[in-house]
Amino acid sequence: MITTGTVLVVGGTSDIGRATALRYAQAGWAVQLAARNLLEAQRNADDIAIRTGAKVSVHYLDVLETQRFDEFTDSLSPAPDTVICLIGDLGDQYRAQSDPEYATNVLRTNFEGPALLLDIFAERFEARGSGSIIGVSSVAGDRGRASNYIYGSAKAGLSASLSGLRNRLAKAGIHVMTVKPGFVETKMTVGLKLPTLLTAKPDQVARAILSGQASHRNTVYVKPIWLVIMLIINLLPESIFKRLSI
Amino acid sequence: MVAISSPNNNTMKLSGWGRYPRSFSDVVVFNTLQDFSRNLPKFGGYVARGNGRAYGDAAVGRTTTVLTERLNRVRSFDPESGRLIVESGVLLADILATFVPRGFFPPVVPGTKFVTVGGMLAADVHGKNHHKHGGFGDHVEWFTLFLPAGTVVRCSRTENSDIFFATIGGMGLTGIISEVSFRLIPIETGWITQRTVAATDLDATFAALDTNTSATYSVAWIDCLAKGSSLGRGLVYLGEHATQQDLSASKPSATQFVSPKEGRATIPCDLPSWILNSASVRIFNELYYRSNVAKADRLLLVPYDGYFFPLDGLQNWNKIYGHRGFVQYQCVIPRQTAKTAFSEMLTIISRRGNASFLAVLKQLRESAGYLSFPLDGYTLTMDFAVVNGLAPLVQRLDFIVLKYGGRLYLAKDSMQSASTFRAGYPQLSKFREVRQHIEAPRIIDSQLSERLRI
Repeated sequence: MITTGTVLVVGGTSDIGRATALRYAQAGWAVQLAARNLLEAQRNADDIAIRTGAKVSVHYLDVLETQRFDEFTDSLSPAPDTVICLIGDLGDQYRAQSDPEYATNVLRTNFEGPALLLDIFAERFEARGSGSIIGVSSVAGDRGRASNYIYGSAKAGLSASLSGLRNRLAKAGIHVMTVKPGFVETKMTVGLKLPTLLTAKPDQVARAILSGQASHRNTVYVKPIWLVIMLIINLLPESIFKRLSI
Repeated sequence: MVAISSPNNNTMKLSGWGRYPRSFSDVVVFNTLQDFSRNLPKFGGYVARGNGRAYGDAAVGRTTTVLTERLNRVRSFDPESGRLIVESGVLLADILATFVPRGFFPPVVPGTKFVTVGGMLAADVHGKNHHKHGGFGDHVEWFTLFLPAGTVVRCSRTENSDIFFATIGGMGLTGIISEVSFRLIPIETGWITQRTVAATDLDATFAALDTNTSATYSVAWIDCLAKGSSLGRGLVYLGEHATQQDLSASKPSATQFVSPKEGRATIPCDLPSWILNSASVRIFNELYYRSNVAKADRLLLVPYDGYFFPLDGLQNWNKIYGHRGFVQYQCVIPRQTAKTAFSEMLTIISRRGNASFLAVLKQLRESAGYLSFPLDGYTLTMDFAVVNGLAPLVQRLDFIVLKYGGRLYLAKDSMQSASTFRAGYPQLSKFREVRQHIEAPRIIDSQLSERLRI
């Protein structure tokens, strides 16, 4: 079981990415931040390094450039022991409904990129016989809803992919964890009126990831109430569900 | 759910820590430094808001309030010199939690750690060491500032020095502070050696402050309910950073750097106003005074957190004054006339009985910024719950402040008139020149700058 080592945080400029990297650094991990905006990533890296004394590096990665994933993975030195993929883009559902090119981007960002990237790490970890894979998916993927089903279907794909990886790698002793944060107060949700009880802070997500890894959890709902909510939503018969606006 | 692209804005009812006055403002959040540069020119009538701990209307924009909460990265730290560079939205609490365990302490801390560094600079905050080490502005080496056009200027005593001195104590009215450089001081432990001096009246309280100017930290608590020959009786708290020797001598088993308690008690709702009445507080003040007289002149070792930030342990303590909110009244009076002025003020307060229960008295010295509050003299601070009839009381106090050549602290103020303000701040014209020069008028504006016609 891994206690510390090097963690790769994909989505290192997101609020959850920053909080997670900080928590891992505090726990003694070396951190690799992967992001598109290296300037912003460096701003986070410096901050974390000064606060914790941890080794923090930044690495360019665009999750849409799937053909460069191998090259990216090879470039990481040392190879990470844990990879956490926090890529997520809620997008604009209304635009996505009528703009296929835009919708493709939302689908690729939330599903294709993260799933394919984690597959590459799965290969390497399997060959090496150690490693942890953590994917941040979403409760939006548990059941499609009118208000966000394009994002939601991509996250459903990611959840399925993570569950497949877990099934495939269990024998190899590789831990695969799915994280479903529910609402989180981040720059992605600024301006949305979110119910306080159901909304987590980025640091709560970060702590849930760190402790979830330590206790080898399969699926983590950051706020347990979401497990209950999604259970009820999933139990609703489709004949009723389709008439609801939730 | 509809994702709104940045900048996101929505209208909110905002107030300062005193929860009075409350006004509507659009609230805007930017994520990156580039977002600030790109988007600021699109707005007018705005001011920055850090953690909203100014008591009055300083951090509420005339039309728009720009949150700096995402400018919260530590940029660099040099343990050799103690030089720390942080973004303006970093909380003092964050700096303490990170650097106290490494043996460093901020050069100046105000009475709460839940302020941002940008707010500390904009209010040129003072601490219990002002008489000795000056205000926060005196320790700032340089800062960068987003001007109305979105451009960034670097300001120090030698670069753009007029903007530098206008921004220190300038209540955010010169632009949005981006990064700040200042030096932390080395400490051996996270403990404070505290000595309490009991003083039976106002003369004795002043004397206790005056004979102990060599103490690094000093501040006096005054019982506002004491009248007649006891008027102005108080307790003077003196403090020094404890050395390792101090600690091992008196608390050999104590941890060198105690970390502050994470859990904080909360006030669940607005307390009904009858809880704080003159009878209950009179009893409290009497017991508090007596128990401290008993402890007086002994050296006590206390953790820094409780020494500097006693009220921070109680989250939302601003609710104890009831739903209408409160004003914190803080004035400074020049050295020669301060005692006379405070004696007049305390007489009014003690006769009223229920206006303010305690006051804080502290020695200050000159300060750097054009609108900085401190001057060579003494400052007196009191809390008043907002009640009918508060305005005439505050006007009487304002009149005394003006009569003796004093001024009111803008970070606390929510009630003074534009003319009281003008009389207290003779460098206002210099400040206005800088605002003209950087084209801030009508663009960078708070409720405070509207009220005081800055």
